Amino acid sequence: MPQGEYLGMTLTVLDLDNENLAYFQHCADHDFHLQQCADPDCGLIRYPPGTACPWCSKREFNWVPVDARGEVHSYGEVHHAIQPAFRERAPYMILLVELDTQSGVPTEHEALRVAGNLVDADGNFAGPELVKQVGIGSRMRMVFADVADGLALPHWTLDEDAAQPDTPWRYPQEVNGV
Amino acid sequence: MTTDIDATAGKYLRDKYAIIGVGETTYTRGSGMTTRALGTWAIKNAMDDAGIPASEIDGMMSYSGNDSTASPMLAGDLGIRLNFYMDVQGGGSSSEALIGLAIGAIEAGMCETVVVFRSMNGFSQVRIGGTGARASVPVGGDALHSAAYGWFSAGQNFSPTFMRHMYDYGTTPEQVAMVKVIHSEHASNNPKAYYKQRVTVEDVVNSRMICKPLHLLDCCVETDNATALIVTSVDKAYDYRNTPARILGVAGRVCKPRIDMHFQHGPISTVAGHYIKDIIYRNAGVGPEDIQCTGAYDAFTFTSMLQLEDYGFCKKGEGGDYVSSGIMRLGGERPNNTSGGHLCEGYTHGMNMIIENVRQLRGEVDCYCPQDDQGKRIHSYNYAPPEEGGGCRQVPDLEITQNLGWAMPGTGSSLIMRKG
Ligand SMILES: [Zn+2]
Ligand SMILES: [Zn+2]
Repeated sequence: MPQGEYLGMTLTVLDLDNENLAYFQHCADHDFHLQQCADPDCGLIRYPPGTACPWCSKREFNWVPVDARGEVHSYGEVHHAIQPAFRERAPYMILLVELDTQSGVPTEHEALRVAGNLVDADGNFAGPELVKQVGIGSRMRMVFADVADGLALPHWTLDEDAAQPDTPWRYPQEVNGV
Repeated sequence: MTTDIDATAGKYLRDKYAIIGVGETTYTRGSGMTTRALGTWAIKNAMDDAGIPASEIDGMMSYSGNDSTASPMLAGDLGIRLNFYMDVQGGGSSSEALIGLAIGAIEAGMCETVVVFRSMNGFSQVRIGGTGARASVPVGGDALHSAAYGWFSAGQNFSPTFMRHMYDYGTTPEQVAMVKVIHSEHASNNPKAYYKQRVTVEDVVNSRMICKPLHLLDCCVETDNATALIVTSVDKAYDYRNTPARILGVAGRVCKPRIDMHFQHGPISTVAGHYIKDIIYRNAGVGPEDIQCTGAYDAFTFTSMLQLEDYGFCKKGEGGDYVSSGIMRLGGERPNNTSGGHLCEGYTHGMNMIIENVRQLRGEVDCYCPQDDQGKRIHSYNYAPPEEGGGCRQVPDLEITQNLGWAMPGTGSSLIMRKG
């Protein structure tokens, strides 16, 4: 049962939770994988891990490597943290990154939108200056925070190899300089 | 969209059930009592309101997140012998859903009259905002994809939805702030409200940032309280003290696809009301244009706005204009949350907005207006604050109200009532 301390929380991938066990093992290998429906007429990839295909209900699937790059679709920016260890990291960003893979599939507004915090290229929580540089439209790549054997969390950092928007969309009001 | 309301049609049980009694405790921060004591207090108030004895109640339902006391305990305390009870998991949007299930239980012949209650020490014990004891629980299972990121409280969870609405439609902080401004005006004329102080747009947008785009005053108040209402069939409803609030239609816990991570199914700025509207207006036989007063769940300023928009009270994307136009102010065309709602009156997971609409439909909302010697309010319809000679919050000539219950962007419920 992969378990570790992370930012003051005990994180556990539970026994029998086979889908999450495999998902987080791939993250621990720093090799992002998602489930792909095994139905040849469907073949859609899904996130987060689940026990059947949300489009065709088929239970069988294969783990496939997925290019973990994409664009910020939306975000939250936490200034008043609730969990104790997050307080010293505030303001921190919760990013929803829309992967390039399967964007707009199978219908226009559907996509794989993968959550994570904004971190720097080394995987450290972003400081206030970096937070201000990221918004909707920013191009991101995945980095992993190691927690325990078989458990790492995916996070997001600015993709140095991608063309970034001149001004990513940010919340229109900046309060007290933050 | 409007069709005839035909009480004889039997369709969706339209107009065949009613709410006959409502009650609540005071809204406090520090009730100094158990949820069992709070719950019996609210239910007793609802019984006294209806003038119904314990012997004529035989059903009870409640909802909670394991922060309440179960129905059989409260029923026993109050001398109510139950033929049916059900205590379910859930927060916002449960109240409307349970009213629908109460109708179903009566229709099935399992019982005749049902109390629905919610009892919570939402400030002093299990804080609804997630601070305190709830903030340090172990994280496992599917929460690894959310809580592990400091993505945990309701405000944090909903932020990407709210933010994307601003991106998609140019909604401004000042527009959304008007929800709080207007609800605070309503609360100033509500003797029960926890926050009675009127606030301005500047107060809201200059208040402390909690989680962008939510300032402190975009978030509801956490309170300790219990709330209760009593549902029975229309053939019994006129045996009791008040004009019944007749139920035209309900929709319960309607979901967007994949609500464990509903962001996969866009547009993410669209909420469950998009789906609910096709059920609730069909069931009730009315459309949004017929609704004179709304109770759009205001866990946050944004939740009222997003729902009003997706139910069709305005065009998609024009919610910012709608909530800042003055239309939902007392004296406006369609007032919203005339009690002050969750932002100002108190946080009840939806019950207080239904209770308010029941009283509104009776024409007997509990404002600062004087009462005659029968205890009936003599309304001034002056919505200025009490200290300026106003203090009323009764909507005149009210026939039809709607509640828009919110659990999260992906789940909601609704209830349409008419004056009996
Ligand atoms: Zn499939
Ligand atoms: Zn009045």
